Amino acid sequence: MLLTRLKAGGPAIAKQGILVAFIVFMIAFSLMSDRFLSADNIMSVFRQSAIIGVMAIGVTIVVIGGNLDLSVGSMLSFATVLVVDLHDKIGPELAIPVMVMATLCLGAINGFLIGILRLNSLIVTLGMLSAIQGLVLIYSGGQNVDIVDQSGTWFAIFGRGAMFGIATPIIIFGTLALIFHIIMTTMPFGRRVHAVGGNPTASVFSGIPRSHVVFMTYLISALCVAIAAIILGSRVMGSQNNVGQGYELQVLAAVILGGTSLLGGSGSILRTVLGVLMLAFIQNGLILMGQPYYTQRLVTWAVIIVAVWLDVAAKRGRLFSPIA
Amino acid sequence: MNTAHEPALRLQGIVKTFPGVRALDGVDFDVMPGEVHALLGENGAGKSTLMKVLAGMYQPDEGQIIISGQAVRMSNPIEAKAQGVVLIHQELSLVPEMSAAENIYLGELPRKSLGRVDWKTLEERSNAILKRLKCSFRAEVTVAHLSIANQQMVEIARALTVDARVVVFDEPTASLTDAEKVVLFDIINDLKAQGVGIVYISHRMDEIFTLSDRITVLRDGAYRGTLTTAKTDEDEVTRLMIGRSLDLSRNEAPPKFGDTMLEVRNLACDGLFEDVSFSVRTGEIVGFYGLVGAGRTEIAETLFGLRTPTAGEIYVAGEQVTITSPRDAIALGVSLVPENRKEQGLVLQMNCRDNMTLPQVQDLTAGPFVAKGAELAIFDQYRDKLAIKTPSWRQSAAVLSGGNQQKIVIGKWLSMQPRVLIVDEPTRGIDVGSKSEIHQLLRELAAQGYAVIVISSEMPEVLRVSDRIVAMYHGRIMREFTIDDVTEDSLVQAISGIGPEVAA
Repeated sequence: MLLTRLKAGGPAIAKQGILVAFIVFMIAFSLMSDRFLSADNIMSVFRQSAIIGVMAIGVTIVVIGGNLDLSVGSMLSFATVLVVDLHDKIGPELAIPVMVMATLCLGAINGFLIGILRLNSLIVTLGMLSAIQGLVLIYSGGQNVDIVDQSGTWFAIFGRGAMFGIATPIIIFGTLALIFHIIMTTMPFGRRVHAVGGNPTASVFSGIPRSHVVFMTYLISALCVAIAAIILGSRVMGSQNNVGQGYELQVLAAVILGGTSLLGGSGSILRTVLGVLMLAFIQNGLILMGQPYYTQRLVTWAVIIVAVWLDVAAKRGRLFSPIA
Repeated sequence: MNTAHEPALRLQGIVKTFPGVRALDGVDFDVMPGEVHALLGENGAGKSTLMKVLAGMYQPDEGQIIISGQAVRMSNPIEAKAQGVVLIHQELSLVPEMSAAENIYLGELPRKSLGRVDWKTLEERSNAILKRLKCSFRAEVTVAHLSIANQQMVEIARALTVDARVVVFDEPTASLTDAEKVVLFDIINDLKAQGVGIVYISHRMDEIFTLSDRITVLRDGAYRGTLTTAKTDEDEVTRLMIGRSLDLSRNEAPPKFGDTMLEVRNLACDGLFEDVSFSVRTGEIVGFYGLVGAGRTEIAETLFGLRTPTAGEIYVAGEQVTITSPRDAIALGVSLVPENRKEQGLVLQMNCRDNMTLPQVQDLTAGPFVAKGAELAIFDQYRDKLAIKTPSWRQSAAVLSGGNQQKIVIGKWLSMQPRVLIVDEPTRGIDVGSKSEIHQLLRELAAQGYAVIVISSEMPEVLRVSDRIVAMYHGRIMREFTIDDVTEDSLVQAISGIGPEVAA
């Protein structure tokens, strides 16, 4: 069966298509800017990609489970504003756990609505995107928040510190990616997420508590956002109310670029890491070429569209098709 | 019957093949104007394929379609409709959010200048058709608000937008109440009086004998004969339908039944089935036979915790139990191999091993990790035991043949060491060779002491595998047979709702 073979081989081709595009970008950028491939630049791209990357880990798990999470952007705003504001009020050792708990509550709301009540994840998380942004503004009264004593707090280590010469954000990102990769590939929970995303009905018919599994994916996503907020708050030592705006699309772009199927059931955290890095290098290259922020957005958009197209084309077995 | 000598429609020597299957093998069929011609056959006999050929959805490989004396070629349903051939689908194919009128003229809405829809004409014409059908609702109403029966009326109204010569009804009464059926039959008789040729497909003998003038029987894609309704009886039709001398040889030692493993008393689930009582012993296969929609699958789903019963008791190994989720069922040792393998049985993109161990993956651990060794051991054991043909456990379930996919699902549940194994339509969409292999497997499982329930819509299958047969009709158990006292005739009668009083 030709179609079956195309289907089986499709994602590999699509992935390679993205990889080829990435390599073309890398070569082009390194020819146009001699700083692009310098160790300094590469380390700085890694460091900057850590926030998107940590969030993308959680979203990858949600998407493998067959759902979407568009609320991560405003959830990041919420978590960052909260941890920065509480830092000066109750100290970092309390601010961090309080913020993590609060963020997990938001994840639990997503999980309840989508997992237990089985509402459409696109609508729920799009609603949460807007609702949480409102919550942030209510909490902060529209004021941006700052940490006053920026040099005297140990909170700085998460965003500004380094271990063994490697920036802490990179270590956090790498460790989390590895842990969740292992969970997803070798533990029963990962198997269940794959099953629920791949065929929710068959999962129920196999006795898998689908609601519970979906609920957990949203808790994990919220946890990742909380960790990203610690890095972000610590690096900036302050926060704007809308600091996470637009992150949801960047995160989703990275997940898709990594080859995780929006239809659920398949995907990989390590490949998402690759997607995160691709996106970061492309944006970095454009900056080095002196392109303005707007161009970055345009190019990012184009890259996402091509990635989605290749993804569905691989599923359908052809590039154009009038029917599914 | 009408006096016209020319058939409204004639099919000659229709052959249609799909990869690996000869779905229609030289079928002849004709319908006269003003005649109701019933088309009968078991599931998979080729009725639906024949009708799709007729409606232009499939192109025949050989043979001719002759309408009013002229050979025609129809490459899509619109062309067929233009020729006056209209198919009323078994499953409604309406757009629920649109009005009845829009549905009736879907794809051919009357237009004004600049391509604007001529709503006034649309509604006038639609209401005229609905009036002709004696419908009590207006064409402006949204289809989603109509009852199933009225939705079917809209579907029929669609057929009447053209000067229909032939109208095909494919199992039209499947979702109708008795009162609604009467209305439908009136309409069919009206159409008949207007000189329309009617093709009527149904499993229900009583309807066929009420309505039809002639009966044509298909079996395994081949034409088996045409009978005049007035000169035949149910026995003759049944024989023609089942025909072959069934291979009921079971080449095994007489079964040894043990204790009652599952017992159900007066189980009911609102509107789906009522007053269902039966029991299954270890080492025994109880076959559930009936038409699609008789409530068999719903009973299985209730026993597996997917539906909540509204009355009745369930006993497993003598103890009364409450099953509210598949997990409860699994914990009690009740397993279900569902009827739709691809949608309910397998996660297609997952590999064979992962599919097989899915229900127990939570417990199959070494520390926090899935125990790969134990998983592979289970896969290997059941691959060998069930003779599953796959190059490797890494193979995704999607690419296996239907028979091997089904064995993966069966293996999935056997590896849970169930006490009761429910198998719903074990061989649907599976080729003949694998079919008998699975039948053999089910017999072996019973011999090993499993209590097995097999739900099937295929009579040969039920007769081949069962020790006892429960015949269902409209959510009720009509009769229970042992394999020694069952006859095909009595079975067909029981599932067609022809009284057990008469037969018993």
